[in-house]
Amino acid sequence: MSTKSHSIVMLRRNFKHIARNPTSVFNAVLMPIVIMLMFVYMFGDAFNVGVDYIDYATPGLMLLAVCYGLGSTATAVNSDMTKGIINRFKVMHVSRGAVLTGHVIASVLTNLVAIAALVGVAFLLGFDPSASLLDWLGAIGVIVLLGFAAGWLTVALGLFAKSPETAGLASVPLVMLPFFSSAIVPADKMGPGLREFAEYQPFTPIIETLRGLLNGAPSAGDAIPALAWCVGIALVGYLWARSTFTKRA
Amino acid sequence: MTSSAIAVSGLRKAYKDKVVLDGIDLDVPAGTIFSLLGPNGAGKTTTVNVLTTLVKADAGTVRVAGHDVATQAKAVRAAIGVTGQFAAVDELLTGQENLRLMVDLSPVPARDGKRVVTELLERFDLVESAQKPVSTYSGGMRRKLDLAMTLVGNPRIIFLDEPTTGLDPRSRRTMWSIIRDLVADGVTIFLTTQYLEEADQLADRIAVLDQGRLVAQGTPDDLKRQIPGTHVRLRFTTVAELDAAARVLGDSTRDDEALALRIPSDGGTRSLRALLDRLDEYAISAEGLSVQTPDLDDVFLALTGRTTEVAAK
Repeated sequence: MSTKSHSIVMLRRNFKHIARNPTSVFNAVLMPIVIMLMFVYMFGDAFNVGVDYIDYATPGLMLLAVCYGLGSTATAVNSDMTKGIINRFKVMHVSRGAVLTGHVIASVLTNLVAIAALVGVAFLLGFDPSASLLDWLGAIGVIVLLGFAAGWLTVALGLFAKSPETAGLASVPLVMLPFFSSAIVPADKMGPGLREFAEYQPFTPIIETLRGLLNGAPSAGDAIPALAWCVGIALVGYLWARSTFTKRA
Repeated sequence: MTSSAIAVSGLRKAYKDKVVLDGIDLDVPAGTIFSLLGPNGAGKTTTVNVLTTLVKADAGTVRVAGHDVATQAKAVRAAIGVTGQFAAVDELLTGQENLRLMVDLSPVPARDGKRVVTELLERFDLVESAQKPVSTYSGGMRRKLDLAMTLVGNPRIIFLDEPTTGLDPRSRRTMWSIIRDLVADGVTIFLTTQYLEEADQLADRIAVLDQGRLVAQGTPDDLKRQIPGTHVRLRFTTVAELDAAARVLGDSTRDDEALALRIPSDGGTRSLRALLDRLDEYAISAEGLSVQTPDLDDVFLALTGRTTEVAAK
């Protein structure tokens, strides 16, 4: 009972933080939209992907939106750690999970807001998915799962980093990774080396799963590795976060 | 030993090869202020971290409020309040929200929450800024809020890790009077500090920590007996003057290199006047005079033969 109520208290605290720190909202919600406008208007005509570029890029940009939200999560967790707030909670016997769970849930909810805004703008730009209601629910499920997995990994990074600056920096690879996947252009159009990397990195099957769902043609061949990656990342992130939380004082 | 609030024996802690605490024994009776005095890097914060269940000791037993910190951490946490070295307040929340957060996370019943928050804001003179975000607070206000947050839930043993480091003299005095009030309510306080004056002002017992070992333990008076007390330092321009003064003022220590003379004194105006009159009588004039009170450096020099700068390395 106490874990649940403490988590709610923590979540409420995280929401107040987000509301009072508009730059984090800018990064999480507006940056992906700016990037979308940039790619669709500036580069969109230059890419030949076989379908309308907005239809190709939107699933990839949804993933990018998840990653952009992570920077502020890492920084927030780290400043709790380095300013002694986590120690304060630890000696108060706040249930151990609540502090971190609060951050992860806030991160996932920020992701969902960012993605709702992004998809809204995508529709204005002519996004025309052929997904059924069930496909949409599947897509949301994939995003929540990814947000949850990446959220735990980010919380671990935030706990581990020495300062909020390094925590922000540590999340940069997560923000960059989507660019080296099939998010923006298909992997088979990339140069050798990069192509293989893009094909085998975790985000590509996740993006292809989203793409399949939104085009109304989900493929199990993508979905299974996508789910495996998410579960794997979540597990590593969770265990790493838990052990760092226990050890570091 | 039932009246011990904190009992530590043989406490050891090392980080990798670096020994931080090397066999600490101490005992703090309930309802008293105990001060752990030491320079930066002596191991004060590590001691607090072990005593407050944040860090596991490598060896030794630590009982806080009668519970073992290693095996009964929950019971220990229920009895203690901790204010860390840096004000652990939430900058984006207001003062009131910070206190409310503590209430929501503590066993304080929800219906009492509002009253507890209001009382603490009043007690710490924070009512006016209660609705402002903590990022606008001064250092002294943050420390006060930090301590107020620690008091939510009414802990019987409070750990204060350098509660006045970085505060201006006025805020420091406010903090001292708050700490005294707490003990008047029967709370036990474990305080770490770098300031001899602070330990002297507040503590019933002081332990001096140096490189992970306790080099002295006792009441402030015990400790002061072991170190050079307040004294007057006279500086002269010539050796002849120094010689003359040393002859006239019997109980004094010479420093030939600095052409200075050190005379034990209480630093009061009466004894100073007597001293000056005596110099006048023999027509000796000093170039300069200063009244010196012992500081942590003197304590360290007297107890370890080293200055704090060396000790911190």
